[in-house]
Order: sequence, then structure tokens, then C-alpha cells
Amino acid sequence: MLINFAMGVATGIVQEFQFGMNWSDYSRFVGDIFGAPLAIEGLLAFFLESTFLGLWIFGWDRLKPGVHLATIWIAATGTLLSAYFILAANSFMQHPVGFTFNADKGRAELTDFAAVLTNKVTLVTFPHTIVACFMVGGAFVAGISMWHLIRHPQRDADAFLTALRLGAVTLLVAGLGTVVTGDMQGKVMTEVQPMKMAAAEALYTTAQPAPFSLLTIGTLDGSEEVYKLEVPKLLSYLATGDFNGKVQGINELQAAYETKYGPGSYTPNIPVTYWTFRAMITVGGLAMIAGAWMLWATRRRHLPTSRWMLRTAIVLPFLPLLGNSFGWIFTEMGRQPWVVFGLMPTSAGVSPGVSATEVAISLIGFTLLYGVLAVVEFKLLLKYIKAGLPDVDTSPRTDDDTDAPLAFAY
Amino acid sequence: MELTTFWFIIIAVLWIGYLVLEGFDFGVGMLMGVLAKNDLERRVLLNTMGPIWDGNEVWLLVAGGATFAAFPEWYATLFSGFYIPLFLILIALIVRAVGIEFRGKRPEASWKRRWDAAIIFGSTIPALLWGVALANIVRGVPIDADKEYAGTFFDLLNPYALLGGLVTLTVFLVHGAVFVSLKTVGDIRERATVLALRVGPVAAVLAVAFIVWTGFDQGQFAVWLFGALAAAAFVAALTSGIFNREGIAFALTSLTIGFFAIMLFVGLFPDVMPSSLDPAWNLTTINAASTHFTLVIMTWVALIFTPIVIGYQSWSYWVFRKRIGTHHIPTEVLAK
Repeated sequence: MLINFAMGVATGIVQEFQFGMNWSDYSRFVGDIFGAPLAIEGLLAFFLESTFLGLWIFGWDRLKPGVHLATIWIAATGTLLSAYFILAANSFMQHPVGFTFNADKGRAELTDFAAVLTNKVTLVTFPHTIVACFMVGGAFVAGISMWHLIRHPQRDADAFLTALRLGAVTLLVAGLGTVVTGDMQGKVMTEVQPMKMAAAEALYTTAQPAPFSLLTIGTLDGSEEVYKLEVPKLLSYLATGDFNGKVQGINELQAAYETKYGPGSYTPNIPVTYWTFRAMITVGGLAMIAGAWMLWATRRRHLPTSRWMLRTAIVLPFLPLLGNSFGWIFTEMGRQPWVVFGLMPTSAGVSPGVSATEVAISLIGFTLLYGVLAVVEFKLLLKYIKAGLPDVDTSPRTDDDTDAPLAFAY
Repeated sequence: MELTTFWFIIIAVLWIGYLVLEGFDFGVGMLMGVLAKNDLERRVLLNTMGPIWDGNEVWLLVAGGATFAAFPEWYATLFSGFYIPLFLILIALIVRAVGIEFRGKRPEASWKRRWDAAIIFGSTIPALLWGVALANIVRGVPIDADKEYAGTFFDLLNPYALLGGLVTLTVFLVHGAVFVSLKTVGDIRERATVLALRVGPVAAVLAVAFIVWTGFDQGQFAVWLFGALAAAAFVAALTSGIFNREGIAFALTSLTIGFFAIMLFVGLFPDVMPSSLDPAWNLTTINAASTHFTLVIMTWVALIFTPIVIGYQSWSYWVFRKRIGTHHIPTEVLAK
């Protein structure tokens, strides 16, 4: 976890800075509303996470066991708070609420903070994101434990078996939660961003009832379909909760938006939204199947040995991770061409004073750095995974032994 | 008091917190190259700030977030205008954070050498560039009628700002050395004091030059006052160092940085980013601010949670108050 946390800390600062660096006009426009959840996230969540994680990592021999245990729970609470506030900020971009537009200053201004924090998009996105993160955690624990059980069945089999079952159950329960919350989210999305739902399905013409497309092979620009496989009426249910509900198509929405916002394209990149939506659901589903298989294969504490199980164990940790990435690409790309839906086009949000060269320098610089760090981190994780469980010294320590080595040190 | 003034003070406080706290851990990072003689001593240095450096860095994030929430125009102009320096700072902070966490994860000497270089680089660059950035903000930079930064990267590298950068660099080095002398036992503790006293006079000369320059530039009495207090605290810190009163010396270097930052923010007020092109284009606490309603909400949040944060962060410093030495460093985590 700490190997990962270093990367999270490091890359989090970039996020906090980049709104001002690359999106200064966006920051001027939404700062009155968007800045508050970001600042609150820092004050409430980041301080909790960093301070209490520090206490947990280094505090084994400095705190009483109960207090020490509490520190990791407090740090975990911090991560939940952090997720809530950053998602409240993001939800404002998807579905702006609780504001008025001040034409004099050319900016959006806050009128109702409770409305921003209880944005209906936040209320469904927060649980969806959290359970999806639990899927990642469960898949990591299950995959790595299974790998150990098959490769080194003699080493710590008991501990790994328990960990495996805990990981797989977490994965399955969280997976079910992801399905349920995803379904709720789809209905809210249909209501507030119908174009995103239509783009997810590449549904060009309004349909009632609308079928759910399993697979479509079309021309590359997504304008014509060559082959399709679909489930009748399912999209109507997913979008509206009624198998005979009406789902608006891209063409009709495009025409409606042109009337409302003026000429221009209001359609996101359809192949990207269509495929990332499917990819998200597919890898999430595969992860759940893998989790269920692992539970089945280890029933009555049986140790599996199959080669296919080993391969599954290696692939599993990546599946929910990919699912989360596809989900974010989908939801952000599906909002285009808007940075704040219906209020500010993405092209109007950039920093006018920053040159293309500067943007290129930072983009290339960060990409190279992240690339190198990703490779280093991956190799390091593998090394630690292969090393297995450390030997834990459980002998009682005397509190006043001031010359004893630290319980943990860099 | 106007809420905009109150938020200007809050942001100043957050910057003071950041500079005082991360100031010493930048110092410790830089000292990895000069103070430690071997791997064990480098690990001692790293572990003096082990449990707390990450919490220190959050002060920067919150200062940034608070600026975004309370003064969006300031945040937008500053962060887009200082694009390349902030990019360099971000790169530095990333490799530094990863270096601190990763260096002990493999036993090979080459692996550790590489991350040591990352930590030293990642501590030196921000220690220098934050001084450059703050000095530029106070001095004024080309800002046009659209509130956009109209200069180039090289406009930021003027003599006044570079001097400001050298001040933060050297003062942080001394602050870090004093912190090490306070948190360690044995040989390394003595060497840290010697180093602090050697770099101290250099830092003092640079700081006094910068303070006098700022005093003449800004002209207010309060700027001179806080500048003088900073200088006095620093001299007193070095004197306490001579008598091996490390706790007092550390309190005084912290005060030095605090007074120094107050001097800069007092000189800045009521502007938040003056324009060197036309005073009419200055960003001020009034024209850069969020609405009154947003500031009211943020004020409640800040008044309730800031004391809580300070409370538990102080507690974590208390938990890890013990000095450490080479005999406290356990063997490698993964020495196979």
C-alpha cells in the first residue's frame, strides 16, 4: 500500500495545481463554487490522511494497540471524505446546481452550498466510485493470494487462503454494489445528461422501447453500423426504469441543443464513449466471475493448482483498475464538448496566457516522469508480492527501552 | 474586518505553516548530500522527518485550495502565470516524495544513490523556487488588463527574486540542520550544529540584504518592523546554536521564517498580485475575491477545522518527539 501511496501523494499535488495552471479561465469561471469543495477536501481529508497514516506507519512502538488501530481507521475515513468532496466538485461539472450566472463578472456564483454537496449526481457517483474502489482492493488481495497459493503452496497457505476468501468476497459484494449503483447512476445520467446516455449506446435515433446494444461493428466514425447484437428493451429499462420507456437519440438531442445553445456540435466522440462504456462493464463482470470462481475453487479450504487459475490470478488485479479507468474516460469524454455541462465549453476553459510550447513541455515532462515511475513502481510491487509475508516479531516490547530500534523506518 | 481581509490572513497563515514546516524538511532533504557520511546516517536523517513530512506538505495543498476558493482570480493568474516554475516544483515534489518512500525498499547501493539524488534535487529546487515565486508576487509582475500574466519565464528570474530564492534556500538549510540537531543523538547531532553555524552567517547576510531591499521597495513601517524581527530572531537562533540550545534555536528559526513571511504578506496587502505594467490592473483582495456568501461558508469551515488540524498535527509531533540515532535504525525491510 505504501508503495502506491507515494505515487498517490505525488500525483495528487499536480491535480490541485493544474486547474490554475492549464485551466485558468475555467478557474475564474467556477472558482466561487468549485474552489470550496477542493479547499475543504484539503483541510478535512488530506490532513487526516497524511497525519494519521504517518502515525500508523511509524507508530507501532509509540502508540497503544487500540490507538494505533484507530489511526488507520481515521486515515481511511479521510480517504472517504476526500472522495466525497472531489466528486461533489466533479459532479458540478456534470450537472451544475446551486449557482447563478453573474453576467457582469462573467462567472458562476454560489447560491446554495447544500445543493452543491447534495447534487443528485454526487449522491449516486460517490457510492459507485467507492464500491468500485473496493473491487480494486478485493481483486488485488484475491489475485496476489491466489498466486501465492498456487506457486508456493507450502508458504503461509493458511494466511493466504483467509486473505484470498476475504478479497474475493469483498470483490463480489462490491461488484454487486457497483452494478446496483451503476444502474442508479445511469438513470440520473439519462435525466441530466441524456446526450451521454445516447453516446454510451451510440443511439442515433430516439427509440421507444430502446434495445441495449451488446456489440456493434460500425464504420470508424461511428456514423453507420455494419453488424449489431442487441437485447430488446433493456436500454429503456436501464435509462428510465421502464421496459417501454423512451430514450432520446443523438440526432434529436443535437438538434435540441443547437436550438438552445446556438450552432455547433454537442455530440461527444461516439466510438470512445460507446466502447469505454462496454469495456467498463465487461472487465467489471469478468472480475466478478473470477472472484466467484476463486471462492468456489477454495471451498472447504481446498487449495487449487490449475494453470488457468494461476493466469486468472495474475490478470485479476488489473481488471477493476481498468474498469475504473474506462469509467472515468467514459464519463469525462461523454460530457464533451462541455467542461461545465451547458455552461462552459471545454475550449473556453483553457489558460489564454499559457503557450502551446509550455503546455507541450509540461505534458511531455509529466508523461515521461509518470511512465518511468510506473515501471519502477510495478517492478517494486512485483518484488514485494513475490517476497510474500514478512516475519513478524510478536515478542512483547518494553516501553522504556529507549535504545531499541524503531518499529518502522525508511 | 472585511471577510476578504480575513481570508488574506488565512492564506498568509497557511503559507507560514507551509514554509516553517516543509522548510525544515526541505533542509533535511538537502542535508542528505552533505551531512550524512554513510547509508545509516542518511537513514537517520530521513527518519527524523519520516512520520511528519507528508502532513507538512498538505499545508501547501490547502494554501492552494484556499486561494482557489477565496480568491479564484489570484489562483488563476498566479498558477497560469508561473507555469514553468510550478511545473519544475511539481516535478521536484514528485521525485522527492517517491524517493523518500522508495529509497529503503531495495538494498542495492545504486538504487539508494539514485533516490538520494532525487530527494536532494527535489528538496533544493522548491526551496529555491518558492523564494523566487514569493518575491515576484510581492515585487509585482507584468499583468495585463485581462488579469493575465503577460511576461515570460525569464522575467521571473530578476535579481530581487533570485535573491529571495537564495534566502529561502539558505535559511531552510539552516532550519533543517537545527531540526536535525534537535532530533538526533551522537555524532550527527554535533555535525548538524556545526553546519548550521557555518551556513548561518551566509544566510543572515542574504536575508538582511533582501529585507532591506524589500523595506525600501515597499516603504511601510510594518514591513521594516517584521523584517527586523526576522533578522533578530535569526541572529538569536544562531546564538542559541552556539550554546547548544537546540529547542530554542529551532523555535527561533521557525519564528524567523514566520516573521519573514509576514513581512512579505504585509508588503503585499491590500494587493494579492500587483501588476508592474499599470497599478489599475493590480489584483487585490477585493477584485480577486469570491462572493461574500462563499467566503462566509469557507470561514465557518476554517474556524471549526483549522484548530482540530493543528491539534492532531501537534499530537503527532509529540508522539514522535524522541531523538533518534544510528542505533535506532532497524535492518533492511527486504534484504534478500
